[in-house]
Amino acid sequence: MPNHWLHRGHWKYFWFCALLISLYLNLYGRQWLPRWSLKFPRQWELPLRHEISTFMNWLVEDASLGFFSFREFTRGIAWLLDIPLQIARSIFSTGLMKGVGSDAVQLLPPLPWLGVIAVVAAIGYCAKDFKLALLVAGCFAYLAVFGQWQSAMDTLASILITVPIGVAGGLLLGIISYRHHWLEKLISPFLDLMQTIPIFAYLVPILFLFGFGPVAAMVGTIIYAMPPMVRITLHALQSVPPELVEFGRMAGCVPRQLLWKVLIPSARPGLMIGVNQVIMLSLNMVIIASMIGAGGLGYDVLTSLRRLDIGAGLESGLAIVVLAVALDRLSQALAVKTQVTRLKKAPSFVARHAWLLGTTLIITVTYLLGFFIPLVQSYPESLQLTTGSSLSEAVKWLNINMFDYFEAVKSALLLNVLIPLKRFLISLPWGWVIGLLAILGWQLGRWKLCLLVVGLALFILLTGQWQKAMITVYLCGISVVIAALIGIPLGIVSATSERAWRISQIIIDTLQTLPSFVYLIPVVMLFRVGDFSAMIAVVLYAITPAIRYTAHGIRSVDAQLIEAGIVSGCTKSQLLWKIRLPMAMPDILLGINQTIMLALSMLVITALVGTRDLGQEVYIALTRADTGQGMIAGLSIAAIAIIADRLIATSAKHTRQRLGLN
Amino acid sequence: MNKLNSWKNTLLMLGLSLACAATVQAAVESKDPIKLTLHDWTGQLISTQIMGEVLKKAGYNIQYVQADYIAQFAGLKTGDLHVAMEIWETTGREAMDEATATGKVENLGESGMLATEEWWYPDYMNDLCPGLPDWKALKNCAKQFSTPETAPMGRYLGAPVTWGGFDDERVEALDLPFEVVHAGTDAALFAELESAYQRKAPVLLWVYAPHWAPIKYKGEWVKFPDYNQECYSDPSWGLNPDMAYDCGKPTGPIWKVSWSGLKDKWPGAHKIIRAFKVDNAEMGAMISNVDLEGEKLEKIVSAWMNTNSARWQQWIK
Repeated sequence: MPNHWLHRGHWKYFWFCALLISLYLNLYGRQWLPRWSLKFPRQWELPLRHEISTFMNWLVEDASLGFFSFREFTRGIAWLLDIPLQIARSIFSTGLMKGVGSDAVQLLPPLPWLGVIAVVAAIGYCAKDFKLALLVAGCFAYLAVFGQWQSAMDTLASILITVPIGVAGGLLLGIISYRHHWLEKLISPFLDLMQTIPIFAYLVPILFLFGFGPVAAMVGTIIYAMPPMVRITLHALQSVPPELVEFGRMAGCVPRQLLWKVLIPSARPGLMIGVNQVIMLSLNMVIIASMIGAGGLGYDVLTSLRRLDIGAGLESGLAIVVLAVALDRLSQALAVKTQVTRLKKAPSFVARHAWLLGTTLIITVTYLLGFFIPLVQSYPESLQLTTGSSLSEAVKWLNINMFDYFEAVKSALLLNVLIPLKRFLISLPWGWVIGLLAILGWQLGRWKLCLLVVGLALFILLTGQWQKAMITVYLCGISVVIAALIGIPLGIVSATSERAWRISQIIIDTLQTLPSFVYLIPVVMLFRVGDFSAMIAVVLYAITPAIRYTAHGIRSVDAQLIEAGIVSGCTKSQLLWKIRLPMAMPDILLGINQTIMLALSMLVITALVGTRDLGQEVYIALTRADTGQGMIAGLSIAAIAIIADRLIATSAKHTRQRLGLN
Repeated sequence: MNKLNSWKNTLLMLGLSLACAATVQAAVESKDPIKLTLHDWTGQLISTQIMGEVLKKAGYNIQYVQADYIAQFAGLKTGDLHVAMEIWETTGREAMDEATATGKVENLGESGMLATEEWWYPDYMNDLCPGLPDWKALKNCAKQFSTPETAPMGRYLGAPVTWGGFDDERVEALDLPFEVVHAGTDAALFAELESAYQRKAPVLLWVYAPHWAPIKYKGEWVKFPDYNQECYSDPSWGLNPDMAYDCGKPTGPIWKVSWSGLKDKWPGAHKIIRAFKVDNAEMGAMISNVDLEGEKLEKIVSAWMNTNSARWQQWIK
């Protein structure tokens, strides 16, 4: 136990005093504190951003790998990645084309919509049951009926290439770091950075290195979506029971066999969670990818919202959601399916062949029919549905009739909570904040954590981002608190009732994959530009892990403990407060940790409604093509994320140990 | 897409392009596609597609690429992208200057449209704040334009920080009782205008043209002292002897830019793009056709091509 000489209770007094002193500093510090302690002098800043810019320029323009330059190398990779992408696009979206540009001639049409729907339904049926087939077919039918087919197929084509690459890359890195412990140590900080630095920060170099277009978008997506796969692979491999590995060794497996025949199959369920995460995160990037030439649904969302066509924006946004749902349910069903068949007798070769034959048959028949019956090839425009302007009308109604109520709630919150908190955080001397962080780090994880936290905080300070960072902490902090206040109760409810769980799952999926831009615009209409709108957007996006992890934690509380509670005469609320919640605490903490990560990753989006934080800094740097400035701001966001992550993860570990869960 | 039709179209287009190539121009320098960038606002889509159609008529192979307004400069420098049709003096100047300074990007001159941007208010505010559009009226109207967060100051919704515009300085130099709040994107900017307009609520914000907003909503630009260069550079000029920016905003051209290699690879296209000119009025009309009346963009572009054939034939001569 770490707190041997300072009792847990004593820390409580310490933090209470620290809070009082902070309040005092906030009210009276300005009068006697020297100016440099409040605002970090510019001449003390490190000129790091210029160095980063110079380095990036060198990397992009002059770096050489012997026979060819670094850029030629990355361009080569881009060329390689482009091949499967082009194939996927010609199958789903453009058809087989001869030539390029406006001179291109279509030799063969793409897969007809009926064919695609039939095939995904067949896969759904094969993977699970008729219900799944119906769900998946329904999802794809939505795309056709609401006129999103063409864009959706563009997006689907790039997802179908991106996800396998992300999964394979993540699997590979995960396997290597499972075998070599030093690599795990080495790549862990890079994984953190890949996940937390907003893509806008390094967008410009990526465009130089990989060319402008779908491939650069793919690279950006892979960078963002791969880290969870690495982590989950590592975790899944490490949690394979040692007896199993031992048994494999005794049976005389060489390392390769041990890996592919023993480790990976038994880690499969865990790995499938990774696949699911890669799919979800890839679809998250659709909007940003469309800004750099990926086109597809993301582009439709952006264009319609610039026209303030909320209905069209939502239709395109929902198309991303249904794609995500279809792909997610299919991949999950396939994961379970392979497990089940493994237990049963392996199906005969012919039985498996029947499905392959069936789908080939569907494709061939619909494809040929498509040549003669246009209805089979593409969904007729005259039968397309649209919500038209009804959604815009609904927002208008809300706006005209309810605005005063919204305004009252908003003003009350802003004037009494948000603005005072913002002022409070900005007015704290940086030395005091770093000192408190150091003590917190020491309390939780002794020297190692303390040094890490102080080092990261100093990085933010020395690169001149302190004030922006405090605004970031304020905006994310308050959003996370609100997200937790709403999300944890929702999680508890959905853990206790199957029906609520199903509903909340729909909400979670929608919130996680619906591009936030879709709801950002109505939110601005109802709440004006400013921190409040940004906060709502962040809460909506970041609430999902709070719900999910809480529900998971509560559901996985040992049934015997509950039993014991009931036997000793606990009431329902006692069961919840004395058993379920405390036992689920480590999970809830991890959920909050993830909530913080998502909140930070939303910063770049909220910059679009005019916040003044680090996200805005990244955005400004992008528009000025200043890679150094962007990277510094991006790294500062990453620093905040890592500080929060390490502190919370360590305290979750302590809680776990205290509860004897490990 | 109807299969039979698309076959027919392909044949038709093939025939057409052959015919065009034969009559208009015997051969173009290269059949590689010229890549034109598309952004996310309607005016830019229209001017780019008009340019594309004209280049097609001249026999060139063209390709549209969706790209971010600022990020595209990376592609223009390396030659991954070739032509960008709308770089606004008012918003893209810094990025454009940085790019042309490298020698890898070339400015192809003005597009004929003038970007206007200024403080703007809906016309129902005339009653609440008499004296508008003269800027001096704003001095007494702070209360009408204020919100709980800004009270007692008025609230002015400025453009995204990245667009510049010196509004914070302007407020100080002209001693206006207003607080400047920056929107992050123009979508947010106009979302707020739409919301206020529906409620007939007070609003004062940055509006620019050519855009559908000043067509859709009735209102006026605030009249500040006229812009001139000294006003921005010389503090002693103007009403406030100690500060610059005591005047309105400049209007500026919208530029066309290209990859520098364009003029060597497709000299003919280079000439045609330089010749392209469209003015504010016709662009405004086309934008409102698309955004407000819901017409298909392609239809508007081909209508323009039909009615202006004498003009574009002059360009491709």
